[in-house]
Amino acid sequence: MAKSYYDPADLRKFGKITEWSEELGNKFFDYYGKVFEEGALSAREKSLIALAVSHVVKCPYCIDAYTKDGLQRGITKEEMMEAVHAGAAIESGATLVHGVQMMNKYDKLSM
Amino acid sequence: MTQSILTDIKKAAKKSLKAREDELANTQTQMEILNGELFADGELPYFKDKIAETGQFPLKPKTLEVLQINVGYMCNQVCGHCHVDAGPDRKEIMTRETMEQCLEVIRNTGAHTLDLTGGAPEMNPDFRWFVEEASKAGIQDFIVRSNLTIILANKKYHDLPQFFKKHNVHVVSSMPHYTRGKTDKQRGDGVFDKSIKALQMLNEVGYGMPNSDLKLDLVYNPSGAFLPADQAAMEHDFKKALKEDFDIDFHNLFAITNLPISRFLDYLIASDNYEDYMYSLVEAYNPTAVENVMCTNTISVSWDGWLYDCDFNQMLDLKVASKVKHIKDYNDDVLSNRDIIISQHCYGCTAGAGSSCQGSVA
Repeated sequence: MAKSYYDPADLRKFGKITEWSEELGNKFFDYYGKVFEEGALSAREKSLIALAVSHVVKCPYCIDAYTKDGLQRGITKEEMMEAVHAGAAIESGATLVHGVQMMNKYDKLSM
Repeated sequence: MTQSILTDIKKAAKKSLKAREDELANTQTQMEILNGELFADGELPYFKDKIAETGQFPLKPKTLEVLQINVGYMCNQVCGHCHVDAGPDRKEIMTRETMEQCLEVIRNTGAHTLDLTGGAPEMNPDFRWFVEEASKAGIQDFIVRSNLTIILANKKYHDLPQFFKKHNVHVVSSMPHYTRGKTDKQRGDGVFDKSIKALQMLNEVGYGMPNSDLKLDLVYNPSGAFLPADQAAMEHDFKKALKEDFDIDFHNLFAITNLPISRFLDYLIASDNYEDYMYSLVEAYNPTAVENVMCTNTISVSWDGWLYDCDFNQMLDLKVASKVKHIKDYNDDVLSNRDIIISQHCYGCTAGAGSSCQGSVA
């Protein structure tokens, strides 16, 4: 076994997950491929959304993949960083909005 | 990549690999890498085995359409990705005698496209004479691959737009990105501003304008260890940005994949991207692209008159596998029977939508 949990070379092996469950694996990859096709949103816009989400879910494989995908699409580093901030803002907002719950509870418990 | 490696690459990039006496200037060393353990150990398939899967080995030429002539490796730029290892220190320049031999072939060949490349082809002292003579041959599409900055490099080149116009030359120019940062990183500081100015000069004489017969196309090479995206999408982005920011018009954008040879190979190895890049190329392999790969309709001629299946094979010194190997002995019939020489660098032309000097092929 590798000594670290993440090996960048494992990303290339992603497709192998179908070997242990062909039906579900194929369904996933078909779905995945379809999602990123040009649609109401451009493939370029979806790439930036994927990059932002990759950071929010803290997936190093996804970050590698969508940084490269963005470079391939000619997406600039400024656009990429703004996308990451958009993800980070939602993530921190999601934490902070719970502050209202804290305030509610605090008020309820306080005389 | 550490900052120090980046700095080393940047410093080194002012000279060609050849001038630096770098071991990668040796084509044998490059071939050893391309045939190295990544393929020899079976981790990735050899290109010949890959195309054999679809019955495309050996790769054979079709009708000759493009004669591509490299008039010399001298260039005013030293781009980080250059597969020619061109630069100001390269002295290999086509002589007028070899040009005469080329003209003889241009007059008699059935090829509809003549494609002059370099280095910066304009730096050949006989460039203008050659263009004047070649344009008389009545070739349908006469391309000059201009790096743009040459137009501003010296007063004697300032009138190139008018010269190109006079001979109805089809100008194809490199432009790695529509932003300054990415362009200058690949091609050198100041290249972006000069390229913009040169494009505006070409537009001024009518090149690249909507409905103009004066064709101006741009070439996009990725500025790093990644493949180009969809050509049409890139063209849309380039057109929008260059129009909005600089009021520049052009016709088509050709997206070209960087092949893992010469200075780009040097970059891939130094930045520890070689293995990943080869994986990307092999994973993106597209058998449809093989059908239209440019070596099947092109002959490449070097500055000293030798014949190659493509400009990349020229830089790896892989001469055509034919009895006829030199422009002075040129013979369409003999050459059309040859097998095209392939190696692992060929994956660069068959990745995704495919890649050729005219952009995507699939």
